[in-house]
Amino acid sequence: MFGEPLVLVERLKGYYVGGFGVVHGVDDVSLTLHEGEGVGLVGESGCGKSTLAQLITGVTGPVLHYQAGTVIVDGYNVYAIPEETLRTEVLCKRLAYIPQAAMDSLNPVKRIRDLLRDVVKERTGRRPTTQEILRTAGEHFESLGLQRSVLHLYPHELSGGMKQRVVVAISTLWNPKILVVDEPTSALDVSSQKLLVRSLLLLRQRGTVKSMLFITHDIPVARQICETLAVMYCGQLVEVGPVEEVLEAPRHPYTQGLLASIASYEPQERRRSRLESIPGRPPDMRNPPPGCRFHPRCSLAQPRCAQHEPPEITLAGKRMVRCWRFGGG
Amino acid sequence: MPSPNAAVLLDVRRLTKIYTTGFLKTVSVVGCQDVSFLVERGEIVALLGESGSGKTTVANLILRIFRPTSGEILLAGKDVFSYPPRVYYAKVQQIFQDPYAAFNYFYRVDRVLHRALTFKHQRLASAERRERIMEVLDIVGLNPSEVLGRYPHQLSGGQLQRLLIARALLIEPDLVVADEPTSMIDASSRAGILNHLFDLKDRGIAILFITHDVGQAAYIADKAVVMHKGKVVEQGPASQVLFSPTHPYVQRLLSDVPKLREKWDFSRELEGAALFKDQPR
Repeated sequence: MFGEPLVLVERLKGYYVGGFGVVHGVDDVSLTLHEGEGVGLVGESGCGKSTLAQLITGVTGPVLHYQAGTVIVDGYNVYAIPEETLRTEVLCKRLAYIPQAAMDSLNPVKRIRDLLRDVVKERTGRRPTTQEILRTAGEHFESLGLQRSVLHLYPHELSGGMKQRVVVAISTLWNPKILVVDEPTSALDVSSQKLLVRSLLLLRQRGTVKSMLFITHDIPVARQICETLAVMYCGQLVEVGPVEEVLEAPRHPYTQGLLASIASYEPQERRRSRLESIPGRPPDMRNPPPGCRFHPRCSLAQPRCAQHEPPEITLAGKRMVRCWRFGGG
Repeated sequence: MPSPNAAVLLDVRRLTKIYTTGFLKTVSVVGCQDVSFLVERGEIVALLGESGSGKTTVANLILRIFRPTSGEILLAGKDVFSYPPRVYYAKVQQIFQDPYAAFNYFYRVDRVLHRALTFKHQRLASAERRERIMEVLDIVGLNPSEVLGRYPHQLSGGQLQRLLIARALLIEPDLVVADEPTSMIDASSRAGILNHLFDLKDRGIAILFITHDVGQAAYIADKAVVMHKGKVVEQGPASQVLFSPTHPYVQRLLSDVPKLREKWDFSRELEGAALFKDQPR
């Protein structure tokens, strides 16, 4: 049902080095984003979701380092091409990355239209006139459910939800095929969340954004916007599959525990059974447990879970699970 | 004037708080306006609203952090400001939003529990202290050897929050004000915190549970009070307010909550928007 793969992540590894030691934030992650596919990356805070997003963009920072694996974005191997090509050909044009709390990055002393002028100049080297900005960006803003008049306002005059949608609009000005958004809804009220989700769906519907990686800790939000759900735990993907199937029949014990612990609101029936929390706490990523990383908290752990790391096991129906209970010799 | 009904613990009557600020206090911001609700003994009341709706203002007024502009709050029939502080805070306690900020990082976590015991019972033999502390740690599901003698930075947010619940159990108040108690906790540990609030309830402690999370409110609350722009828009039994609301704001709020079982339907809006598809930008 999906088209060509647009983003291919193969056995990606990345780590942080700092005064705290070495943290393997992403450890052996393989993920494919096909054309027309929205992937929801969920997991608890500190599991490596944002690290994975940053590694996919190819822009590693002063503390984040790329270690191994390949990332191919629409034909470009981001760790094998020159930095300048990455900047001019891949980022913004093919892949747009909206980091966490991006809405706080709007320049507080500039109107949105003037900020846009800076953005366009930075990318193209040419200063567009205000008329040009109002004409081209206005239409784009309108198509995302924002009024044209927003362009004349300062960031402090906008609500959090509007700022977030402005950031989405700015990031997609160059029609990127792939959009990577990190926790866009977490600081928003439910009503603003819904509007943002609608804007993102509009972008996909119009065919501008062909595939999307949507990072969130909020599974019900991911369910609204994604076709595929990827569950991350301690730097690894533990389960990937079509969102309905994963929610209906989670295979990995961590996914099962996570789903049993969320108090989601379902209007049809009031929950009578008690929620269950996962015992223990997320592991220290500087020193992850040997074998399966979830085994100290897992009620189904067997002796071999503590010794050998389970491989990624492919199941029927495009599902992947990293658990010894599903084979793997 | 004593409340006619002995079951009523907290009676919030027409509470209004207007913050004044700016030059010569000429700017005023309405914190909450005309808020009235009742909390009965041993029930969990969810105070629900979006950010800026005045939930925390109401909580701070109940905790006597500041005085209301008008209106009154009665605890067991008496105005809250008529109680001496020690007596009042033995009856009303808080569980904080950020457990990491609620501890003094220079002291072991035991100190919080010991001080809570001293607050309630001035003299207590150390054997009995120990016994009480073990008892409450058992209720909140903490292993004493894992938490006692530790410093706050060695424990997870979930463990710290459970220690604060244990502390509330030691004081045995009549009312606990819990302001977003799960927002700083790992998702997989949140359910445990919610379940331990039921333990407080089982001991006859009433809880004012302040949240913006409809799912959590629907899970835990007996009664729900929904606030919007400083005013109460709907209140009543949780099964009624959260499952068959009458006020349009509450209806919209509930329809905007993302659900696991059903997908939002944007198909009509999306079809309209597809008109933009072929237009140049």
